[in-house]
Order: sequence, then C-alpha cells, then structure tokens
Amino acid sequence: MRAPNGDRFVGLKNPREIFLRLGAWGAAVLRPYKRREMKVPLALLCWCFLVAGSLRAQVTPQRLLDSASEPQNWLMYSGDYAGHRYSTLDQITTANASGLVPKWAYQTMAGGKFETTPLVVDGVLYGTGQDDRAYALDARSGRPIWQYQRALPADIRPCCGRVNRGLAILGDKVFLGTLDAHVIALDAKTGNVVWDVTAVDYRGGYSFTLAPLAIKNLVIVGISGGEYGIRGFIDAYDAASGERKWRFYTTPAPGEPGNDSWEGDSWKIGGAPAWITGTYDPATNTTFWTTGNPSPSNRGAGRAGDNLYSNTLLALDPDTGKLKWHFQFTKHDEHDYDATEVPVMIDQGSEKHLIVQANRNGFFYIIDRATGKLISSNAYAKVTWSTSKDAEGRPALDKNGSPTLEGNRVCPGAAGATNWMSPTYDPQTKLFYVTAREQCDIFSTAPQAFEKGHAYYGSAYFPNDDAEPFWGALRAIDPLTGALKWEWKHPSPTWSGVLSTAGGLVFTGDAEGNFMALEATSGKVLWHFQCGASVYSSPMSFAVDGKQYVAIAAGSALFTFALP
Amino acid sequence: MSQTFLRRGLRREFLIPFARIGILLCMAAMFGRVSRAQDKNPFAGNTDAAKVGESQFRANCAFCHGLGARGGGRGPDLTRAKKRHGNADADLFRTINEGVPGTAMPPNGATQQGVGMTDEEIWQVITYIRSVQKKTDAQAAGNAAHGRELFYGPAACANCHMVQGKGGRLGPDLTTTGSARSLDYLVESVRNPSKRLAQGISEAMKEFSQEYVTVTVVDGGGQKYQGTVLNEDNFTLQMMDTREQLHLFDKSKLQSVEETRQSLMPAYDPKMLPEKDLQDLLAFLLATGSAPEVGK
Repeated sequence: MRAPNGDRFVGLKNPREIFLRLGAWGAAVLRPYKRREMKVPLALLCWCFLVAGSLRAQVTPQRLLDSASEPQNWLMYSGDYAGHRYSTLDQITTANASGLVPKWAYQTMAGGKFETTPLVVDGVLYGTGQDDRAYALDARSGRPIWQYQRALPADIRPCCGRVNRGLAILGDKVFLGTLDAHVIALDAKTGNVVWDVTAVDYRGGYSFTLAPLAIKNLVIVGISGGEYGIRGFIDAYDAASGERKWRFYTTPAPGEPGNDSWEGDSWKIGGAPAWITGTYDPATNTTFWTTGNPSPSNRGAGRAGDNLYSNTLLALDPDTGKLKWHFQFTKHDEHDYDATEVPVMIDQGSEKHLIVQANRNGFFYIIDRATGKLISSNAYAKVTWSTSKDAEGRPALDKNGSPTLEGNRVCPGAAGATNWMSPTYDPQTKLFYVTAREQCDIFSTAPQAFEKGHAYYGSAYFPNDDAEPFWGALRAIDPLTGALKWEWKHPSPTWSGVLSTAGGLVFTGDAEGNFMALEATSGKVLWHFQCGASVYSSPMSFAVDGKQYVAIAAGSALFTFALP
Repeated sequence: MSQTFLRRGLRREFLIPFARIGILLCMAAMFGRVSRAQDKNPFAGNTDAAKVGESQFRANCAFCHGLGARGGGRGPDLTRAKKRHGNADADLFRTINEGVPGTAMPPNGATQQGVGMTDEEIWQVITYIRSVQKKTDAQAAGNAAHGRELFYGPAACANCHMVQGKGGRLGPDLTTTGSARSLDYLVESVRNPSKRLAQGISEAMKEFSQEYVTVTVVDGGGQKYQGTVLNEDNFTLQMMDTREQLHLFDKSKLQSVEETRQSLMPAYDPKMLPEKDLQDLLAFLLATGSAPEVGK
C-alpha cells in the first residue's frame, strides 16, 4: 500500500467505491435492455446492492483471517491474529512524522487508568473505557454514534483499577468482558445488548478486563482475579447465542494432568488468571493464551510444586479448548511474575514457526510454536531472581530470590520488566519492540488465611526507595537472538504499549504523558505530543477516506493524530 | 459499603440524568446517616481482626506506609498516637476510605497498589493500626522554641524551606513534614539529605512522583543555572534556580543539562548542628506538624 493516494489504501473495501463500481457495472449491464425488460435485472441489481451492503457490515471470520488485506481497519486487539500490532499503512513516514497534528479527542469523563485499544471497521471506531463503558464513534470526527455503560454492582473489586482493554468484533456484534465477570454482546450499530451471560460469580474476586478474541464463530475470553485466590479459566462463547462452548481451567483438578503440581487442595484457589488477549495460528488451528501468577502471589508455602498452569503459555484447540501443549515460564512463582504479555507469533523463513515473549520476569523467550519447546531465554532487563537455568534452559529461581518476612530486594519488581502493555513486531525491520521497566521491589511474605473474595497476596511488595531511581525504556530486540538493537530511555517506568507501522515508525507513550513517534531502525524520536496524563494503553492505527490516523488513550481521553 | 456506594455514585455523576442524581443524593444522605451511626470500630481490641488487618495493610497500605506502619519516604508513620487527620475511629475510617485531598493519600481502591477494601476490611486495618500504635507519642526531647530560632536563624533552614507560609522556596515546604514522616526519616533528611531525595510533584496517574533532584543547566546563550528540578520529561524541564527564579526549558535548545542526586542541601553533620540543636529542630517540626491545619 502506498501513500498518499488515499483510494489505494482502501481499494474495493470502501463501501462507497463498491457502490460506484456496482453502479457503473449495472449501467453497462442494463444498457442493452429496453425499459420494460429492465424489471428483473433491476431487482437483481437491488439485491446485489443489499447483499453487498449487509456483507460489508458483517465482520466475517474470513475477514479476521485476512486482516492484512484491509489495513485501513483494525479488526482485533493486537491488529492481527499473530499479535504483531503492526500496521501496513505508510502515509505517515519517517520523513513527515514531525508534522503530525491532533485531529480529534473523545472524552470518557471517567477517572482511573484508560487502557483501551479501539477497533476500527469501515469508518467506525469501537472503544471501551473505565467502569465498562463502550462506544462507537465516527472515526473521521470522533463524534459518538452510540454509548454504553454497564450498571455494575457496588461490590465489585477488580484488583488493579476499574479498567477494560477493548472489544472484539464478529458479524454485527461487538463483545465486552465486564468487571462483574459477564460476557456481553452489543449490537455494533446501536450498542443495544444482544446477549449477556454470566461467566462466574464476581463475588469470588472474578472479573474481565481484557479484550476478547474472536475466532471462527467463537468469542474467547480469559478471567482476571489473581489477587483473590480464584481458579483461573479461559472460556469460549458462541458469538450468535452467547452459549458457552468450552472452558479450560488453568489449574487442573484431581485426575487431570498437572494436578500433582499443587499441594493438597491449593489448586482450587491457585489463581492463574488469563487476563491478556491471546493470539491464533490458523495454519495449525491453535490459539495461544498466557496466564498469570499462582495465588497467593507472594507466598509459596502451602502450594508446593510447579503450580501448573500458572505463568504459562497454553496452546489450545479453539474448537474444543483442548490443551495441545504448554510451556511454563516461571515455576512456583513468588514474585507476581504473570506471563500475561501478548504471545507474539514470528516465522523464521518457512521452516521455523516461533512464539516470542518478553516476559514480566525479565527474560525474552523464544519457543517453538509447534511443540512448545524452549529455544532460548535471555534477560532483556535487570534480573536478580534467577542466576541459573534448569535442564531445559529455563531460568530457575535463585535460592536467595524468595520473599522474606521483613522483605527481600528482587529485580524486576512486582510490576515486572514489562507488563500487559503490548509489544510490537515489525516485519520490515524484523525487530521486536517492547516497553521495559527498570524497577526493583522489596518482596515480603507472611502467612495469610484465605477468605473467598478477599485480597489474597500472602503479604506485600513495595518500591525500594533507597536504591537507584527507577526508569524505563523502549527496547528494540532482535527476536531471533534476543539481542538488544537500541533503546530509548524513559525517565520513569512506563505502562504504554508499542505500535509499529510500515512508514518506518514505532509509536509509544510514557509516564510523563508524552505520546511519540520514533524511527524504527534507530530509536530517534521524530515527534511527540503531551497528552496530560500517564499513558496506560497501547497505540493503534487506521485510515478513513485515505487519511492515516494513529490513536492512543491517556487520562480520560482517546486522542487521534494525522498529517494536517 | 455506604461510603463506597456514595463514591461510586458520584463518579458516575456525569453520565446519569439529573433526576437520578437527586435520588442518589437522597440515598447517600440516608446511607451517610447509617455510616455515622457506626463510627466505632466493631473489631476494637480483637487480635484476630488485627491479624487479618495486617494482611490487608500489607497489600493495600505498606507500599507507602511501610511494613509495620512505621512510615517511609512516602507515607506518615502510623504508629504515632496522634494522627494529623483525626484520631477517632471514624476519622481513620474516613481518611482511609476517602483519602486526604491535596496529599498523596488516595481514596480506597483508587491506588495502583492493592485491590481496595470493604468496610469490614477497613475496620480490620484500623484494628491493626491500633495494635501497633504507641500509647502516647514520645515528647520531643528538644526545645521547640529554640528549634524555631534555629530554623529561622543560625541553622539557615528558612533560606530554602517554608513553614506556615514563611521561609524560602527552593526546598520542600516543611509545614506538615513533622507529621507526615517518621522521626528516623527526619533525622536522616537533616544529617544525610542526599540519601533519599524528597518527593516533589505528583501527576495524574503517574506512579512515581518527581524528586528534588539537583540540576545544572547551560542554556543556548551559554548562561548557567543551578537549582532543583520541579518537574521534567524527556523534552522539557521545569526548574527553580538558587535565586528562586523559575526556568522553563525546551531541552533540545539547551547546551547541557546535568542532574545529580546530590542534594543542594548541605549535610548537617554534628559539627554544623550539634545533637541537642537537632533535637530542638525536630521538636519545632513536630510541633508545627501537629498544629491545627490552617483554616480548620
């Protein structure tokens, strides 16, 4: 796709152009007919228009598979099934990025962290906000088409803010996972609730914060609540009816493989939530999901064993939820090192199919996508919890790394060397870009009795004020070796994800409120904008009417930028 | 529950019709009365509740107030008998649940840390705090009146620090510091100010506030400025120089920016400030810190 000729962005995908071309075709077809004879072909033509129109409104499973063929749209959380968060739009380039200007902002008027990645389909932007807001906007102007807010019970207690990261779209519906652990389908044109199903009783500490993933006719979600001693799961719902098709529990019950990795009944309250959107490989019909910490996060006593499938990469059959293989990043975790970072699919030639992940525990993992076997693991940030590797090459806990009653300083801190914010893979530079956090914490552990629905940490962590100041960086990593290519330093640890584009750019934000464009090959900042609040979201890009936009959520506003 | 309900209701105020706000306010008033009725800790003296409260405290409060509630660089020492924002159970409940406007103390559930607490859990935390707090605060050994003389006179603290509107601007305002920080922290800050720099401005949603970092700048014209950082990001710098002048810079236009975590404040060793004088100074800061808040 070449800029700046706008029509070339959209080709025949633009409904207006389909209409015009069909019109021209219709006129040509009808030319030989006399007026009286025109009835049948005219009806046929009308039918053609209707079908074309309704098909256009539908986001079919095939369109999701072919997302690369409609770069003007952003059809799922990570932009594509591979988790690349890469846009082939190239109107905004390294040559002109310094001329970016704000085009519009949309205010949710809500407090707390604003974590959404919006979707854009054919000129309509679908986003979410704090307290389970959802909205559809005219993507050209930011003007709302509909707004929705869930009436949440007063006693929900999501662990880490009343946040939501986005929607999935399929057919004529968008799908929202809610803080009271429901999955709901909204009509994409009106925001009306089409169906609403309860996944689990939220009073046990369960909630949804992630953007669902649509595969075929299913909507797949993973639960949050690792701070409450939940039993984690991943669910698939029929997009049309809301009927639950399968559930994969992330802590195995007695009789199931892996249950022996838990002490006694600890699996029942073992956590292992799955709160970040997975990826999907259509070639092998496998969906990849990652899980979070075992509960209680800061205390290993009482749950002796590896604690499967906490902090694990799961390869599931999307039709059945059946486990194909698993790889556990951190065994028997005591530092809250959730593996809930997007598992990114990368191919090396036609032979090697990989999953790469910059893990919260500070290591960059390269894993064989067919077998789940570890290929390599190298630190990409400061690490003290592990100083050796096990027989499989997996980083192993150092004997001095465990939390103590009075506290033990360990790197990375509980928020991790990175966290849920998305990395990006740029197939042009063949580099992987990730937000790294250089912050160590003091980890303390103490016995705690489990009480359903109440915070269950097994003690605490807090920042190590006496040591060197905390900082962050955007790091460009060669995903085939894990080697660092360049970094851009942030003054403090940052919660912004990263987007790469075919214009040779990467976009990211910082805790000081800046949103910026960097040259993908060098890390040189070419443009920046002050949003007025720390960025807790991942950017995306779309095009309408031939104009490329970049969007980022910060504070209570969704900002979009484009060339003048 | 009532307080939580009120807070959440208000948060949604923007999106609900005015009629519903009216209903909400009525309900809030109703619940408010219920809450006021329960201004006594239902778990007072209950050691089991204190133990549960300790777990909650560690998860939700220790990030700033430290293990054992002894305070740190971010939050006050809560083992003191006297609490600046009210000593009664109901005061502590309000402080925890609603936060303290204008300070770093956020409302319950609004922090990056912890999960927020139910009313029951807040009372358990209060029970825990009561279990570790001292019966009476040790009277500062020093002479507050002499401490005040030192502060505004020979010790020259007031060159850079303000107390109740009087003094310099380059360093942190110390009006409430005596109540907001532990005694150990105060001593350390006088004797070794560079060990832990004071926290400065906090920004919306930013995890870690700006610190009083020392900065030396040479601008485009070759003019040199030294002072403290008020705020900065990768592209701009807001600083105050040692003559209390504000300078707002675009970093790309500067010849150089050098920052150091060596505080501009001299380390007051026992030669500069004998132990007795230090105690007098602390007595002054503690007395100031526990004075009634202006306007109350």
